[in-house]
Amino acid sequence: MAIDIQKIRADFPVLSTKVHGKPLLYLDNGATTQKPRQVIERIKKYYEEENSNVHRGVHYLSQLATDKYEAARAYIARYINAASEKEIVFTRGTTESINLLATILEDNLSAGDEMLITAMEHHSNMVPWQQLCLRKKAKLKVVPVTPGGEIDMAVFSEMLSPKVKLVAFAHISNVLGTINPVKEMTRLAHKRGAIVIVDGAQALAHTPVDVQEINCDFYAFSAHKAYGPMGIGGLYGRESLLDRLPPYQFGGEMIDQVAFDTATFNASPQKFEAGTPNVAGVLGMETALRYIEEKGIENIQTHEDRLLEYATNRLEKITGMQIIGQARQKTAVLSFVVDGLHPYDLGTLLDQMGIAVRTGNHCAQPLVESYGLTGTVRASLAMYNTLEEIDLFVDALQKAIKMLR
Amino acid sequence: MTIQEKAQTVIDEFAMFDDWMDKYAYLIELGKDLPLIDEKYKDNQHLISGCQSRVWLHAELKDDRMYLTADSDAVITKGIASLLIRVLSGQAPKEILEADLGFLKDIGLQEHLSPTRANGLMSMIKQIQLYARAFLLKSQNA
Repeated sequence: MAIDIQKIRADFPVLSTKVHGKPLLYLDNGATTQKPRQVIERIKKYYEEENSNVHRGVHYLSQLATDKYEAARAYIARYINAASEKEIVFTRGTTESINLLATILEDNLSAGDEMLITAMEHHSNMVPWQQLCLRKKAKLKVVPVTPGGEIDMAVFSEMLSPKVKLVAFAHISNVLGTINPVKEMTRLAHKRGAIVIVDGAQALAHTPVDVQEINCDFYAFSAHKAYGPMGIGGLYGRESLLDRLPPYQFGGEMIDQVAFDTATFNASPQKFEAGTPNVAGVLGMETALRYIEEKGIENIQTHEDRLLEYATNRLEKITGMQIIGQARQKTAVLSFVVDGLHPYDLGTLLDQMGIAVRTGNHCAQPLVESYGLTGTVRASLAMYNTLEEIDLFVDALQKAIKMLR
Repeated sequence: MTIQEKAQTVIDEFAMFDDWMDKYAYLIELGKDLPLIDEKYKDNQHLISGCQSRVWLHAELKDDRMYLTADSDAVITKGIASLLIRVLSGQAPKEILEADLGFLKDIGLQEHLSPTRANGLMSMIKQIQLYARAFLLKSQNA
């Protein structure tokens, strides 16, 4: 079934705004996607009709807010096929999810142990681990990426020594668009008895996510990269692991019994949710995922693949074009450089034409430098982008190149 | 010419352009044409980190006037740097410190000078002011 893109576009108010007097052409979806009015209205409805603190009041509104909040958790658990809603911890997003893990997994890493990440990780799935390894005097090993932008599975397998206790990798690369073989990587890491963490920030909006199928131990995600609000996201964690791991932050909500000299803690996931949660954000995230489900993630994928293929073909015809990231399994991201031209100049001129792209190292400095570059231009797609927009973008890019050459 | 007079000539020049394309085409030409800095100053000591585009800046004092040279790896950044230099270079440190750089707004380039813009220009201005302050202090102590 095909999706009606014009109907979808009408749901996103920002898409009909203008930039520098020109219609906005938004191709920075890897940074954040736009929000449909359903999500915006859900947040508004919460504050207008349902706002109350959760899990504590005896009164009607508190019960209502709690029910909605926990129903959202159950829906999100089902959406990524977690075994139970107890496996969903709400966080501020992928970055906080990973920082949470890098704190609570401390006792799973000792001096002399090893941790594996890949060379295509976002700083968020790199620096927290780097700092953990420094604190614990463990060794952080980095699996290289092939020139085409893929993980070399033979090397990955080889680097999984018996000393490796933690393995973390992206589901989809934010710079290269590579869809990693996360199920196979998880299987190999589990064979060594390692705990597996998947950074799903770029995946939720573009590909089906089934945590039981992947069989990873943790899966981190953000709402705002999947049509939901900013400042909210989650962490899937295997229930048996969450239960035995220590809390991350302390405060209200996460405790069971408190005395001045001691405290016992709530069961997971509440154990990891200290303080008043972002209820409106959680409801917005639920609505965003329902929106994706209604359109069908497979339909979205088919549409985005078509856009990617078309855009790749057009870009490749440009003299001096070098597309960074040519993985066989790839989605929604076009990173590139043009010989002799600075990405910042291209981005500035595209902006003047109403086109939003990202330029720079995309928070993956070591990866970009491994290609001998200081930055790229990145156009990243979402379900509301069209073939006509790809044409406008490539034409504008050619105009910018002509001006700069 | 004073800083104000030089700024006015830049404003007059840009007033000729009807649309953004001509304006940017001119900036790009400025960026390409001007050999802004001696290669030996393009080192880490003269580098102003702007995250995305790098800017190198050199300042020296001759006969109580401050002379600036600069370069950038992004040509639009370089074009704007050349405008700044054209207006500020050769002036007394005190004048530079007190200079009103509103002309960049008048020619529609203020967005490039936003502190959150990752092009190094804002840091470049701060660095120029630092040099000016240092030269001024030195001359007062001399």
